[in-house]
Amino acid sequence: MEELANLFHGFAVALQPFNIMVMLLGIVLGVIIGVLPGLGGANGVAILLPLTFSMSPTSAIIMLSCIYWGALFGGAITSILFNIPGEPWSVATTFDGYPMAQQGKAGEALTAAFTSSFVGALFAVVMITLVAPLVASFALQFGPAEKFAVYFLAFCSFVGLSKEPPFKTVAAMMIGFALAAVGLDSITGQLRLTFGITELLNGFDFLIAVIGLFGIGEILLTMEEGLAFRGGNAKINLRVVIQTWKELPTYWMTSLRSCLIGCWMGITPAGATPASFMSYGIAKRVAKRGNNFGKGEIEGVVAPETAAHAAGTAALLPMLSLGVPGSPTAAVLLGGLLIWGLQPGPMLFVEQKEFVWGLIASMYLGNLVGLIVVLTCVPVFAAILRVPFSIIAPLILVLCAIGAYSVHSSTFDVVMMLVFGVLGYLLKKCNYPLAPLVLAIVLGDKAEEAFRQSLLGSQGSLGVFFSNALVSTIMVLGLIALFWSAIQEGYSRLRAAAA
Amino acid sequence: MTTNSPGAGPMHKTVEAGVTIAIALFGVIVIIGSVKAGINWGAEGPRAGFFPFYIGMAIVVSSAINLWNGLREDNDSLFAEWGQLRQVLSVVVPTAIYVGVMPFTGLYLASMVFIAWFMRWLGKYNWLTVAAVSIGMPVITYLIFERWFLVPLPKGPVEEWLGL
Repeated sequence: MEELANLFHGFAVALQPFNIMVMLLGIVLGVIIGVLPGLGGANGVAILLPLTFSMSPTSAIIMLSCIYWGALFGGAITSILFNIPGEPWSVATTFDGYPMAQQGKAGEALTAAFTSSFVGALFAVVMITLVAPLVASFALQFGPAEKFAVYFLAFCSFVGLSKEPPFKTVAAMMIGFALAAVGLDSITGQLRLTFGITELLNGFDFLIAVIGLFGIGEILLTMEEGLAFRGGNAKINLRVVIQTWKELPTYWMTSLRSCLIGCWMGITPAGATPASFMSYGIAKRVAKRGNNFGKGEIEGVVAPETAAHAAGTAALLPMLSLGVPGSPTAAVLLGGLLIWGLQPGPMLFVEQKEFVWGLIASMYLGNLVGLIVVLTCVPVFAAILRVPFSIIAPLILVLCAIGAYSVHSSTFDVVMMLVFGVLGYLLKKCNYPLAPLVLAIVLGDKAEEAFRQSLLGSQGSLGVFFSNALVSTIMVLGLIALFWSAIQEGYSRLRAAAA
Repeated sequence: MTTNSPGAGPMHKTVEAGVTIAIALFGVIVIIGSVKAGINWGAEGPRAGFFPFYIGMAIVVSSAINLWNGLREDNDSLFAEWGQLRQVLSVVVPTAIYVGVMPFTGLYLASMVFIAWFMRWLGKYNWLTVAAVSIGMPVITYLIFERWFLVPLPKGPVEEWLGL
């Protein structure tokens, strides 16, 4: 049980006073980010990333991952109290959470949401603890062809699983790859796609893209809708919490199912948002009181929240063990690793034991701390939402500008942030998904490198991607994922024809 | 979602076609840049433009399909009402000015003016509240970023004069 010893060592690291302080700070900042419109997990972490430049990598990742947990918790508060999902993955929580709040059961709904989030996250962390080291040691044998196949699988799953039209997903993804290619070519050392513009020598930084696309773009969308907050009061007392906790175990089946859905959707880069919808949809069909879903059923809060948190947490598994992030926020965390001088991927488990296990231990602790913080401080966080948007908006815009500037101390990046912001607004309005775009910017260089190295080894023959059982399996899985919607459609047509 | 509202505005279809064409043009630029960098095999294997060339092709092809699908679609909803677009521009234009003057004025002064403008014109707050927030936020930013976390932010003549 070497892993267990490592995990205990990790707990020792995570329990250092400074790291506990950083954890608390991260959770509180994260909940605020989750509550505020326009600031989400991905761009919130991106804006605050520069704050960690002077920390040790372990403390830095603890703070950033705790911001992420906090944002996951925070999304539920606004959904239930104000019917405004602070995050896309908490949209499904509004369906039953807000009706519950209107019936005066806000306390129960919030307790159920937070507890389910905690359960989902815990399930996913246990899975990461058990599975990640295995996957990493397996992945250590990967050559460039296998590496490319994993990237291929990740991007194909996006096309097959996302709810946007597949060719829009492809277009968005390819824009990301193209932006990643700008600047110095890492293999030949040659400049490309810069068209003589010196600012483009270093290419596009995905952190700037994240802040612009998700942060500024979201503010513009909110401005268009002319948002006004109307919401119920948040009161949670111990009696309500304990009463709800007594009721929750009766939904263990829903919880378990949602955990599994969440973990699956988190590892494949579908992410927390589809996981929450899928889990809600299945619970509605299966549950005894399924007909009451949408009218304030507590099970309708449990299902999406558990799945969203399980997915959000499970998204870190491929990031840690393979270097392939399962969500935009995981991608930002991966970018952090690079900035702190760590090489993401399976070697982390060999070379950076303290970092990896410190992070995994902090996932256990961070979610526990998060649960306590949100249960005790809901009224404070809800009060933030009552600050009018015309004060919040300029402050968020200034924060985005600060975040974008401090990545490379460059004012050109701030201009790019605004460009990405307008782009994000237009793309989102036209139904293009933004997550694959961001992931392609992050992974573009690595995917290209693996692709070209494989081709070098095979003298340009694409056969290298089907040269052994392992790489062929991953590639075939990728192709299935790519054509998944077409396969589904064909299957249902066949069935219709047979019937 | 704007179908049942009375306001006028650009058609969703038109805007989407414009965005799709712009994406296709971006793909063409990528192809041109890749060809310049060399898309064939050199002495050390595939040259710099090899990979982006196919990316550019994929952008153009998928945009063509998106354009075709978008125009075929029976969708007569509005992209947004003019009033809503004016709201969006009332954020974009000041932010553009804010971003544009930052290299000259530094971040702090620009942020103060920006926050004050936003609160006064869009929020109609009294000057006291405006002053409190617009001065308070940069001061807190200074303390958190530069003092505690040692992250330098752009400064202009005013900060120099204050000796910060």
